[in-house]
This record gives sequence, C-alpha cells and structure tokens, in this order.
Amino acid sequence: MNKLLTFNSLSYRTSLQPRMVQPSLTVRKEGVGRCTKVHRNINLEKLRNGYLFTEIARRELQHLEKYPNAKVISLGIGDTTQPIPDNISMSMANYARALATAEGYRGYGAEQGNKQELRKAIAETYYKDVLVKESEVFVSDGSQCDIARLLLVLGSNVTVAAQDPSFPAYIDSSVIVGQAGDLEDEVGKYCNIEYLECGPGNNFFPDLKGTSRTDIIFFCSPNNPTGHAATQNQLEQLVEFARNNGSIIIFDSAYAAYVTDGCPRSIYEIPGAREVAIEISSFSKFSGFTGVRLGWTVVPEELLFSSGFPVINDFNRIICTCFNGASNIAQAGGLACLSSEGLEAVHSVVDYYKENTRILIDTLASLGIKVYGGINAPYVWAHFPGRKSWDVFAEILEKTHITTVPGSGFGPGGEEYIRISGFGHRESILEASRRLEALF
Amino acid sequence: MSLAPQSISTSMISSSSSAFLSPSNLNFNSRQNAWVQAKRISVCKCVAAPQEEKIAYKTKVSRNGNLGKLQAGYLFPEIARRKAAHMLKYPDAEVISLGIGDTTEPIPEVITSALAKRSYALSTQEGYSGYGAEQGEKPLRAAIASTFYKDLGIEEGDIFVSDGAKCDISRLQIVFGSNVTMAVQDPSYPAYVDSSVIMGQTGEFQKDAEKYGKIEYMRCTAENGFFPDLSTVARTDIIFFCSPNNPTGAAATREQLTRLVQFAKDNGSIIVYDSAYALYISDDNPRSIFEIPGAKEVAIETSSFSKYAGFTGVRLGWTVIPKELLFSDGFPVAKDFNRIVCTCFNGASNISQAGGLACLSPEGFKAVHEVIGFYKENTDIIVETFNSLGFKVYGGKNAPYVWVQFPGRSSWDVFSEILKKTHVVTTPGSGFGPGGEGFIRVSAFGHRGNVLEACKRFKHLYK
Repeated sequence: MNKLLTFNSLSYRTSLQPRMVQPSLTVRKEGVGRCTKVHRNINLEKLRNGYLFTEIARRELQHLEKYPNAKVISLGIGDTTQPIPDNISMSMANYARALATAEGYRGYGAEQGNKQELRKAIAETYYKDVLVKESEVFVSDGSQCDIARLLLVLGSNVTVAAQDPSFPAYIDSSVIVGQAGDLEDEVGKYCNIEYLECGPGNNFFPDLKGTSRTDIIFFCSPNNPTGHAATQNQLEQLVEFARNNGSIIIFDSAYAAYVTDGCPRSIYEIPGAREVAIEISSFSKFSGFTGVRLGWTVVPEELLFSSGFPVINDFNRIICTCFNGASNIAQAGGLACLSSEGLEAVHSVVDYYKENTRILIDTLASLGIKVYGGINAPYVWAHFPGRKSWDVFAEILEKTHITTVPGSGFGPGGEEYIRISGFGHRESILEASRRLEALF
Repeated sequence: MSLAPQSISTSMISSSSSAFLSPSNLNFNSRQNAWVQAKRISVCKCVAAPQEEKIAYKTKVSRNGNLGKLQAGYLFPEIARRKAAHMLKYPDAEVISLGIGDTTEPIPEVITSALAKRSYALSTQEGYSGYGAEQGEKPLRAAIASTFYKDLGIEEGDIFVSDGAKCDISRLQIVFGSNVTMAVQDPSYPAYVDSSVIMGQTGEFQKDAEKYGKIEYMRCTAENGFFPDLSTVARTDIIFFCSPNNPTGAAATREQLTRLVQFAKDNGSIIVYDSAYALYISDDNPRSIFEIPGAKEVAIETSSFSKYAGFTGVRLGWTVIPKELLFSDGFPVAKDFNRIVCTCFNGASNISQAGGLACLSPEGFKAVHEVIGFYKENTDIIVETFNSLGFKVYGGKNAPYVWVQFPGRSSWDVFSEILKKTHVVTTPGSGFGPGGEGFIRVSAFGHRGNVLEACKRFKHLYK
C-alpha cells in the first residue's frame, strides 16, 4: 500500500480513475494485524477498472527508470502549466496578508460562497444573458468535489447516463454512491449506467432516440476527452429529451472558456433548461487554479424533484453539512479573475493553451492522423483505427518519450483513440510535435 | 423562507445561512420561448407554503429519501438565521456572538506571510504548481506526522491532508457506505449524525425520543463524567468520539480511552476520533487516540487547523488512517479512503497547505499556541462568570466551550431568553442531541472586549 501512496504523491498527476486492486492484499491480512468486523463498502469493491492516471504515472516512472536521460513530455494529465497572472496572485496574497489584521481577518465564510462578491461576479460574468441568480450559484473547491456532492444529494436510487467516452469521475462517483450496479467485465460497462456513445459517426452527440430514460444525464461540453462542443441544436435536443423524460442534466462546462466557434457556453442558453439542468464549472482550466481549488455549481430554483421539492434546498443542505466552503483566499483569487483586468489576463493564458492545441492538431493532421476536438477544448482526440489505445500509448511513450492518455481509460467508446492535452510550455509542445513527426 | 411549492407530507424548514432563501421573482428572458415557466409567488415564511403544482414543471426524479429524514436545517445555519432575525428586530443592539465556534483573532504574521508567499509564487515559472497530490503535499504530511504523532508510529503516508474535518467526516461516511451502523456521543457535534442520515445509515427520526432510528446514542452526562457507560452501549460498526468534546468540553482520560479502545477491539468496531481541540488540553489527558496501545487497529483520527490557526475560512485539516486498520476481509481502510480522496476530492488548496506548513514551523507553532492561549483565557473568564452566578458549569478547561446547565429548562428557550435579554448568541444544547437538553454551550471565541461585555451582561441577567 505504501507503494501505491507514493505514486499518489507525484505532484503532476491527477487521479481520476478507479484504483487497481493490489494482488498482495490477501497476504496482508495474516501479516499486519487483527481485522475489524466492519464490512467493506461493496460499492468500492465494484471499482475494478484500472486506475487510469495512477497507471499512467506508473508507466511514466518506469519509463524514466529505463531511460533516465530522456526528457519526458507530459501531454497526458490535463494539468495547467502556466503561471497565474500577477494581478490575481497579488489579490490572493493581499487577502492572505489581511488575515493577520483585525479588520481583514475572516473566519467561517458562507458555505455557498461569498455572496456579495464572488457569487454575484460569477452570475454576472457567465450568466448575465441567461439570468442565473447569485443565490443559485454555489462556490466550491472544484468540480470533482461538486460531482460527488451532487450524487450524495441524489442518493443511490437514481439511474445515471454518461457519455462514452467521458471524464471518469462521473461514473466512478456513481459507482461509489451505489447507482451503477455491477461491472460487466467483457464490455467494461456498469450494468445500471446508460452509456451515451459519442463518436465521429454521430458527430459526437448521442442518438437520443435509441437512449433509455435515466434520472440523471451527465453531459460535458466542450467535452473531455473528445474536445467536441455541442451545438445549439444538439443541446436543444438534449434539453427536450430531458424534459420529455423528466430527467436532470448535470452539465459540465469546465472548458466553456475554450469555445471558439460560437457553440453554447452554458446549458442555460437553451430555453427550458432551467427546469431540467444543473451546471458545474471550474476555475481550474480557466485560471490555472488546479492547485488553488475553486469552482461552482448552478442549481436553478425551478429545478424540482417529482414531489415538487426544490433540488436547490437539498443541495444547500449538503453544502452546509458535508462541506464548509471554498478557501477564502481562493475565493479572493476567483474574484480577481473576474475583474476586467483579470479576465483579460486569464484569457491570454487560455489563448496560449489554445495555440498549443492548434500546433498539435496541425502536426497530427499533417501526418495523416484523423484528429477531432482541439478547436473548442484543450484536448486533441486522435484516431488510430484498428489499434488498441493502450498499445498506441505505449508506443508513443517508448519511441518519443511523450505521455498521452489512452482513450479506453475514458470508457469503452474511447478505444482506438488517444487524448493529447494542450497544456504545457510552448517549447515542450513544439518539441513534442517534432518527435511525433519523426515517429509517424 | 421556503422556496418550495409544497404539498409533501413532512413540512421542511430548510434553514441555511440567513440571506440565502430570499424570495424569488422569476423574470423571463425573451430567448425563452415555448415552454411555460411558473411565475412563483414570493413567500417569506418559515413554513412551507402550498403552491400551484400544475403550473410548475417537475422532473420525474424522486427526492432522496435520506434527506427527507433530516428534521431541520443544519444547526449552525439555524443559529445564524436567528441571530440575523434578532439583529433586524434590534438594529441598534450590539450583538455578541458566542454561538457558532468561529475564530475571531487574526492569523499570526509568520503564517500569513507563508500564505502570501505561496500566492505570489504561483505567478512565477519556478513557483507555479498545478494539481497537487490529493493526499496533500509531502512536507506538510511529514510535518503533521512529526508534530502530532511523534513516537506514536504514525507516518507521513498515514496522513491525508484535507479542507477540513467536516468534509473529512462526509468522505469517511462515503467510504463506510450505507450498510454500517454507527454510535455517537449524546450530545455531539451535529455533522456526525447528519452525515449518517444523509448516507442512509439511519432509520426515521423518532420525535418522542428526538433520536434517529438505528443510531446508538451514547449518553454523556455530568453524572457519568461525560464518558458513556460502555456496558450499556450496543455494538455498532463505527463509533464517533470527540475529545476534547464539542459541545461539553470534556477531555477523556487515558483510562477512559483505554476502555474505549478495548470496547472497539472486543466488538471489531472502528472509532472515528475527532481531535480538533487537542491543543486546548490543559492537563495530562491524551491528545491523540494513538497514544492508547492497540488504537492503530481500531481507530481513525481526524483533526483541523480551524481552531488552532484560525483557519476556519482558509480551510485545512487532516485525517490519519493507520495501515493496520482493516475491514473484516483484511482490506485496508486507508486504501478505500485514498480512493475516495482521489475520486471525490482534489486536494486542499495549495496556498492553505503552505500556511499549514508555516503553522508547524517552530515560530509558527509558538504563535499558534499564543492564539490558543488567548481563547483559553476567554474561556476562563466565561467559566468564572457562570460559576460566580451559581450555575453548574462544565467543560472550559480543555476546550474553548463552556457547558452551562439550566436544569429543567428547554435549551432553545434559554437560548432565546439570553439572546433577547442580553443580545448574546449562544448555542442551545439540544441542537447537539437530546442529551444536550437543559444545557447551553457558550463558545469562547471572540475579541476580549466582547467576551468581557458578554459576561457583564450575563451577570446582569442572572444576578
């Protein structure tokens, strides 16, 4: 177990996947000490898929051991690399310093976030035209945490649909909360989850006519990992589908800032969405706050359970009971991000990553590799027909010392694909491009 | 103040921070078209108002029955709501808050400099860091291990840094799942019971007993020295135990904790030991459950920088899960907790962690003890005040809480009386469980001037 925890202390890694079961467990039982009589949570036993990012980190480490002089370039985990703009970090520093003064000290904040300032700024910056109220905005320490809290609100008796491929936290959290049923090993799918296949064949939007009703529909746009941003028309279909089925969409808009071509940035741009959708978002990929930890969730007042009880009331209860608010320093930073100076600075960084992504797309396209995404998201989704994604991952790592992410890590629909992320220093991206050109 | 169009059988008072549930007045965006949206009538009452449901669109998603079991809002938002209502009623009153245990004194500069330094560093190439390890930054984990668990056989790898104990409690509950049984002290910090209800571990609330079904309430009273008679406690999988205790202030002795550990061992249970107030201990009582031999095989410990470093808003805490703690099938509990931490969390803020590290430097730790000393002096003043008024007073020696007895009286009534007549906010004991009835918790966090003034007012009221 110590070995496993060592991997987790690699600072560049994010662990978003179920954990691999270690075969040495049974030996431990005799060796270490008495067991309690507390049964392990069977839901956690169901997380039997390989733990994606730990495995990637492990392979990267192994690779470094094999080639100690190799300059490994990480285009795997979507971790931001560029410094936070000065005015934002200055705001956080000033806020921190003020905590040493009588006037500037703050204790517990509102669990929902600083209403007068940050919630208001979020509502005004992102939702002005769609009239989301500040009271509907809940500031958090990030989307991964919000997803778990939302599922806690919803409980184990709801059914869930997720895109295939998708960000692994949706399905993993669903398994943990007990919604997913058993894993069908042969197909790599949980039996109670409805997988919405998204691929080039259907323009990365699921065929809703062939889709069963579920209570909850996770939908991420711009999409991680495919990079596809759903069109207005596609989202209208989704909202209509949800309305007809009485379902709740959990819309992940973490990459909205990367939209280039006019696709909707918020689900609430779609009429009728307020009664069927929750939206989650994050400062992580927008402001480089992956370590600072800040995000938000919008729960409209009109969103009601079948009894008529407002979802927002239950979400608020969870926030007050299972959470204690995002760090006040992070919130000060968030506020600075949303000032006009801050927005300008942050968008420069977003543009930087977008340029990185363009370079990668151009490189791969010039090599005759079919690529998707990359226009509205910092991810390139490259197709290697007929090949297993882990094999391609391994080949790229071995021959070019570049870490990517095998598509099957995001679900069976990701097989044959590789996700390459556009986060990195420009020199690394250019060097990576050169190496890929040499390989392919 | 309910938003709900209600015709459900239980009347829910969804309390929250005071201004949250403002009346809603839906405007229509001209881009919204075909679907009719209900224009909700603004209500601002404490009780749910019936609505015209045929207009309001409802999804077909059933509400989580577990949340329906919760009787009211979480305790502290309710206190905040009452305080706000009182301030509206008496706008000129100088309300003093000795209710919610919120720290008031500034954070020592040696610590805020570290917070500021890390913030600045994030805008440099060399200093920028993205995602951190979800378990926390290694230097901080190491510092926590060596500061609090030296010689106890707890290592850096056993420490999981978090954004606070309240969040950790829920993450632990997610690890345990809905099929475990749990025991709590009565009275106790409300998050243990509430999170258990939310996870589905409990039965319905029984109004006569004021308890949730399936929870084992371990009564802690003045008569039993605020330590439960374990011979009367049924076996449960999980035992929440807080020492020094919130709200009673009682710190369990080595002998008592030895019995608790033995009880857990005999029953194959897991203790979740909340040591958030350990540094407030004045005497020799154990500061960590791991001081008790054998505890590593039966206990998890959770703690926090909130009440030590004034980090209530900064958000930083930790949980210790020893490698030796195993589920019935031999699977290490730490592995499952690690999985939850990696999947449902993304680490504490890197800036907060830099602050935590500074707290544990020699200079920082000294400064932290000074602030704790300040709050302890506050506590002494409050204890002395109520003693002098002839009240039976408990706690206050090893914790920043004073547990004052008002025999035969409803604690919410006493709370209201104190608020109305002295403009001082306290916390009614029954908010912590039926065992808290007849008590008021007075917290000692506050500026010295406010604490002195509050005591003056108490003396005036109860002389």
